[in-house]
Amino acid sequence: MTELSINGVNKTHDGDPAMPLLWFIRDEVGLTGTKFGCGVAQCGACTVHLDGNAVRACVTPVAAAAGKNVVTIENAITDKVGAAVQASWRKLDVVQCGYCQSGQMMSAVALLTRNKTPNDADIDAAMSGNVCRCATYVRIRAAIHDAAKALA
Amino acid sequence: MGILNRIAGQTANAGDATTGALINVSRRNFLQTTGGLALGICFGPVACSTEKAAVPAADIAPFVPNAFLRIGADNSVTVIAKFLEMGQGTFTGLATLAAEELDADWAQVAVEAAPADAKKYTNALLGGQGTGGSTAMADSYLQMRTAGASARAMLVAAAAEQWKVPAGEITVAKGVIRHAASGKEASFGQFADAAAKQPVPAPETIKLKDPKDFTLIGTTATPRKDSQGKTDGSAMFTQDVKLPNMLVAVLAHAPKWGATIKSVDETAARAVAGVVDVVKVDGVPGTTRAAVAVLARNTWVAKQGRDALVIEWDESAAFAKSSNEISKEFKALAAKPGKVAATRGDASAGLKKPAKAIEAVYEFPYLSHAPMEPLNCVVDLKADSCTIWNGEQFHTIDQMVAAGVVGLKPEQVTIKQVYAGGSFGRRASSKSDFIVEATTLAKAARAKGIDAPIKMIWMREDDMRGGYYRPAFVHAIKAGLDAEGRITGWQSRLAGQSIAKGTPLEQYMIHDGIDHTSVEGISDTRYAFEHLQVELHSVDYPLPVLWWRSVGHTHSAYAMETMIDELAHAAGKDPIAFRRTLLEKQPRHLKVLELAAEKSGWGTPLPEIAGKKRGRGIAVHESFNTFVAEVAEVSIDASGQLKVDRVVCAVDCGLAINPDVIKAQMEGGIGFGLAAILKSEITFDKGAVVQGNFGDYPPLRINEMPAIEVHIVPSAEKPSGVGEPGTPVIGPAVANAVFAALGKRIRKLPFGDQLSA
Ligand code: FES
Ligand code: FES
Repeated sequence: MTELSINGVNKTHDGDPAMPLLWFIRDEVGLTGTKFGCGVAQCGACTVHLDGNAVRACVTPVAAAAGKNVVTIENAITDKVGAAVQASWRKLDVVQCGYCQSGQMMSAVALLTRNKTPNDADIDAAMSGNVCRCATYVRIRAAIHDAAKALA
Repeated sequence: MGILNRIAGQTANAGDATTGALINVSRRNFLQTTGGLALGICFGPVACSTEKAAVPAADIAPFVPNAFLRIGADNSVTVIAKFLEMGQGTFTGLATLAAEELDADWAQVAVEAAPADAKKYTNALLGGQGTGGSTAMADSYLQMRTAGASARAMLVAAAAEQWKVPAGEITVAKGVIRHAASGKEASFGQFADAAAKQPVPAPETIKLKDPKDFTLIGTTATPRKDSQGKTDGSAMFTQDVKLPNMLVAVLAHAPKWGATIKSVDETAARAVAGVVDVVKVDGVPGTTRAAVAVLARNTWVAKQGRDALVIEWDESAAFAKSSNEISKEFKALAAKPGKVAATRGDASAGLKKPAKAIEAVYEFPYLSHAPMEPLNCVVDLKADSCTIWNGEQFHTIDQMVAAGVVGLKPEQVTIKQVYAGGSFGRRASSKSDFIVEATTLAKAARAKGIDAPIKMIWMREDDMRGGYYRPAFVHAIKAGLDAEGRITGWQSRLAGQSIAKGTPLEQYMIHDGIDHTSVEGISDTRYAFEHLQVELHSVDYPLPVLWWRSVGHTHSAYAMETMIDELAHAAGKDPIAFRRTLLEKQPRHLKVLELAAEKSGWGTPLPEIAGKKRGRGIAVHESFNTFVAEVAEVSIDASGQLKVDRVVCAVDCGLAINPDVIKAQMEGGIGFGLAAILKSEITFDKGAVVQGNFGDYPPLRINEMPAIEVHIVPSAEKPSGVGEPGTPVIGPAVANAVFAALGKRIRKLPFGDQLSA
């Protein structure tokens, strides 16, 4: 049995400990903001925070989150950085199909939490693991800069 | 009458679509059919939150003036969208049109997806309920405005009656109904009940606004209606549908098209804890691959079970070609005369003795749409009903096809439309392939005694290898110039698969053996040279192909616009000046060309970047009645590493309804097209698709995205689409920039590492 916290709520998992966190979050906990895109850490749609670090939930076994705190998009937007990211995302109407955007925002929140004034190269480095097939990248970049300004 | 309805055997016409839908949906009818609940499915908090409740209070019926609007006593305005929102901003566009004429406050407006109902919700430009061809705004421009104006008239009539003042003295603005002289004021909600009792105004009495009075259309006062739900995790995609008792199905698909199941050893799969059942899903030749599905309570278990299946496939009748063979075959065909698709003047005479002759052979690969949300579908099949949850793009066809598969009548099939996590054409399946697969699976499972809704989920590899690609093409061009640098003749010979052939659309889309989508963008070129001949070889492969964001233009524009560039250089002329002469009588082409040239600083030197060669290229193309010119600036380092630094885009899509959505679609269309020309290709090894995930079918990433500037041509012309037309222009613009930088022509896509050679 694995015990972990999802968005501050204690959860237990007694199935396959190798089950990726992604499917535990989506199918067992029922939070569907975290998306499945590739299953092999190539798209970032499943990005969540594990003890504050952005990780790909599709390749993170539930067992690896034992005793740790997982934050998903549903909760991330309630803290200061998350709220600023969401506000900038909305102000600039970043989303198109929206399917990648939870993951994009989770990576952006992680970036802005450790780097308050990211430049374009920092953004490239932090965000290039997050694919957007709708190619909303111009606005993602602008929204990160906008959120950084709002947080300053 | 259009294609989709003729297929479905239903009747509708453009007249019905514009006005006929504005029938009086009586309150009684509304309550009977919906039980007072919201139609369709909620789209996150926009339509479902308590602050803007779309579900009216149970005791007060909403005002439902027509099939497109519902106004609640709580002052909510719900716009019913007949089109799929897959990222292109259509929900926002439809809401803008209705809210404009209704004079609603943008904040009170929510959007809800329409159910499948071809009578009410047909797309006059497709002839059935469906989203595609960048048609939504063109189709709905008058319809949604009329819906809004009609509702407004009924609200005003109700107010006039109660306030006992002339209707003509009442004004409406930002959701407030007002009579200035008496100082009376009310919200829509206050008059919803009374308005519902007013007669629906006759269509000829409805007066639409003069565009100069627009307060929403053409402004940036209309932020996207789907932004909230898509930034808080609540937006509902097919992937997110969860129903009581639901099972998840993950499938093992035949590795090649046309392969069948020889034997299945289910032992190991059934041994995976939590696997509920294993179900064979026969392939429909030319439509779906044979598959074996593993059903479980959650996705991970289903996938573990799927991976444990031991299947022997019979590949004796399967598609077994490899990419090099395909390429050879197409090239050989394109070297020979084909079926004439278009002709003007006498191309062979024009090409007899040109001062300069240029020949080029272009090669375009198969492409996967690879939408971010891998394909999926939820089916709840009962004895006498079938409910489907899907990012639904072809309602009319899919409803009919699903009914056929499960043995019910189309009206027994309910389609609940949810957001699509991208599509780029993939969900508008000409053969309803994944709907066929999901319903076949549901039927087979039911036959085994499984009475539960099933969510079919394709893994990324299932999606990548699932066919329905942008067809590969070889396009051979011969063109000539006279001594003054004028084009003397142009011959195009194309070889590739037809999208329409072998689909229900064949009889409507193929004329005299020519599928127009194979040659569009070249057969109808507006360049004014005298002699043109376009010939086509339609190749028969058992591999399904499909429209992919901008369809035939994806390849025709590349060939056309890079060859025009080549001719301009051969003629010793500036590429813009050369085009200007050829487009003299095409004011809309010229406008975007000049605008892009001006804003990009065409003709001025590019700022130098140390260690890199730089170049600027332009292309202009019309598709879906929208005109786009793009100037690309590139830099290339010594190792051949290419970076597209900046793109300046000019677009004329008629009257701009949501300028910011238009900009977003140009940005996205450019990024999508860029991924394709730089790195995407689907290849075959003895019939098996080589690529499986984003590792070998690399998408564009943020570090590769250029800075993009979009300029919209002010226009009073009819609105046209923007979802597709930005895409086909970027390829040739970049290729022409590469030529400017290196003097090298890229004629085989994707670019790959050709620049380092
Ligand atoms: S689903 Fe996890 S990175 Fe793509
Ligand atoms: S918004 Fe569609 S994939 Fe990013």
